[in-house]
Amino acid sequence: MDSKMLVEDRDIVIPGEVLACGMDFLPGNGTYREQDKILASQLGLVSVNNRFVKVIALTGKYSAVEGDLVIGKVCDVTIGAWLVDIGGAYGAALALRETPEFIERGSDLTRYYDFGDIIIAKVVNVIKGKGVDLTMKGPGLRKANGGRILEVTPSKVPRIIGKQGSMISLIKEKTSCMIVVGQNGKVWIKGENTEDEVRAAEAVLKIEQESHVDGLTEKINELLSKGGKNDKQS
Amino acid sequence: MTSRVDGRKIDELRKMSARIGVVKRADGSAMFQIGDTIAFAAVYGPRELHPRFLQNPEKAMLRCHYDMASFSVSERKKPGPSRRSVEISLVTEKALSSVVDLKLYPNAVIDVFIQIIQANAGTRCAGITAAAMALAHAGVPMREMVAAVSVGKVGKEIVLDLTKEEEDEETGATDIPVAMTSYNKGITLLQLDGEVNKKELIEALKLAGKGCEEIFKLQERVLKEVYSGGKNE
Amino acid sequence: MNNDYLLSLMEQNKRIDGRRLDEYRKISIETGISKNAEGSARCKLGDTEVVVGVKMDVGAPYPDSPDEGSIIVTAELSPMASPDFELGPPGPMATELARIIDRGIRESKAVDFKSLCIEEGEKVWMLFIDIYPVNDDGNLIDASMLAAMAALKQVKFVKLKEDGKADFGEHTNKKLGLGKEPVTTTIYKAGKSIFVDPNNKEEGIFDSRLSAAIAGSNIYAMQKGGTGVLSLQDIEQMLELAFKKEKDLRKVLDAVK
Repeated sequence: MDSKMLVEDRDIVIPGEVLACGMDFLPGNGTYREQDKILASQLGLVSVNNRFVKVIALTGKYSAVEGDLVIGKVCDVTIGAWLVDIGGAYGAALALRETPEFIERGSDLTRYYDFGDIIIAKVVNVIKGKGVDLTMKGPGLRKANGGRILEVTPSKVPRIIGKQGSMISLIKEKTSCMIVVGQNGKVWIKGENTEDEVRAAEAVLKIEQESHVDGLTEKINELLSKGGKNDKQS
Repeated sequence: MTSRVDGRKIDELRKMSARIGVVKRADGSAMFQIGDTIAFAAVYGPRELHPRFLQNPEKAMLRCHYDMASFSVSERKKPGPSRRSVEISLVTEKALSSVVDLKLYPNAVIDVFIQIIQANAGTRCAGITAAAMALAHAGVPMREMVAAVSVGKVGKEIVLDLTKEEEDEETGATDIPVAMTSYNKGITLLQLDGEVNKKELIEALKLAGKGCEEIFKLQERVLKEVYSGGKNE
Repeated sequence: MNNDYLLSLMEQNKRIDGRRLDEYRKISIETGISKNAEGSARCKLGDTEVVVGVKMDVGAPYPDSPDEGSIIVTAELSPMASPDFELGPPGPMATELARIIDRGIRESKAVDFKSLCIEEGEKVWMLFIDIYPVNDDGNLIDASMLAAMAALKQVKFVKLKEDGKADFGEHTNKKLGLGKEPVTTTIYKAGKSIFVDPNNKEEGIFDSRLSAAIAGSNIYAMQKGGTGVLSLQDIEQMLELAFKKEKDLRKVLDAVK
């Protein structure tokens, strides 16, 4: 029987939907093979690359990958580590030796990072079904002081960052805010004043809601050009 | 062919509607209405399962909790779980576990909460139908969608989607809730109370299949609309 | 003894105790095992043992059925019967078991609720059917139904005192009298194999099970268990076996007076 794609790239599909039939196609993430057919196992967008068919989930919990930049909240402290909530199905831990500053064993860990503190860290190790190890050793990894945290769907993060960071740079430029986007869907925004932070947050949320829409960059540009420093002058 | 109390044909479903994203804080949620029965479902997870001793290192736990609001029925139902809701939670969990890839999340739990806001028969079926949409919305990997509908015998006829009036019919009705999967058309929930012979049961199951086909179409449309700039979220 | 081994045995139509896939273990029913119950029975299915006691008490009828009594079925899965049971109020398993038995008895009208009426709108007899597994070596559902029906067959009405309350310990000569006598058979499916009456180890390998309460050529209650998916053909096959096995189980129940 001839192999055939039954859907097109960027089509929205639901679990159990037949994407392709024939053995020429190969099931990627978000799909599985049932006899000679490939079915979707997620609600998401079809992505066809050569003979690989995958479904990019439009929703879903964060699934940590080594190397991810994440933003988390300290939720517990043990003798040698902080337990951090990064969303996702499992917990994360930041060990004593993974902090940028040198901390002696036996010190009161809460003096450095306390319950509720927000930290920007990197995933160094993923233990399947158990959790994640974090590090704060590295450029840009630090405690996030002030500002605000937004929560977006992790699958929208690439869109928010944009091709080579173009989208996020646009927002940073137009609002003069510091913005860090965690792969786990947490976004930290810190501006010189509340209004700027609000504008940046609105832009990020708009991208999240309309991520599948074309011409988004223009729309964001327009949104950000109204109000704020640029407008105050006129 | 006699007409039913509400004028429907024997193989006709009541009017249906559905919405996604009705519980904002949940990871996934949906509402499903069929006739006067309204079910809300919210999914939280996968998330860490506490207490630790409940964790299963081979797969996630799917924990379903079905509840009827006290005002959902005409004679107020005391709030809180009943034996009936405990059993329905159990069979709902079995019906949904068949299609969810639980092995992907060892030691975790996926919590599914079903709330019946208004009841006119077919509540466990409406709950399962809503829960399947909520799971898909939450991004939980599922091999297929699941939909459920009741079939039964009223008088001598095999009918689809019984109302409370039909269930309570004087001469006695047989109520058969059925849940099916969207691709393989396999049955994941099957209960019966009443009186039927083998032939009638098989006829009823075939009718359930037809009913579920229509529900699958609604589920598909509503889930896709969320992301194609439709009106649902 | 791991699950894969048991499954592969089944695929070859074999079981560890040498039984056929469609063969029940040795069944025995003993009645009158508890003096203070109105009716009681012990059913042994291989090493599975379930004791059921029936008690009567006077109660008020439900408002929508003023001339009818009713049954209340409860199952207690005591930790005594299995290392898998925990202390505490009935959980989902106990609740499901009780409700499966309840529906089988209720829907088949085994008990004539009108015969339980004492004074219309005021007093009726309530039948408490309590299921206590003593040893769980699989197939509690079928054993429980046999024990419950055998216990019901023994029941004689309790005497009423002058003040209208039940005179516990004193019985009339009037038997409860049963209409249809439902028998529940549970058909199990593991992989492609269809079988009956699993022992405790075999209970760990099934994907789906279908319990049917049968009398004559009718099904009065049914419950699918397990997380497996059943096709229409599977169900037809399982039902055929259920009707076959019901005849065997009925012989055992009929032998109970």
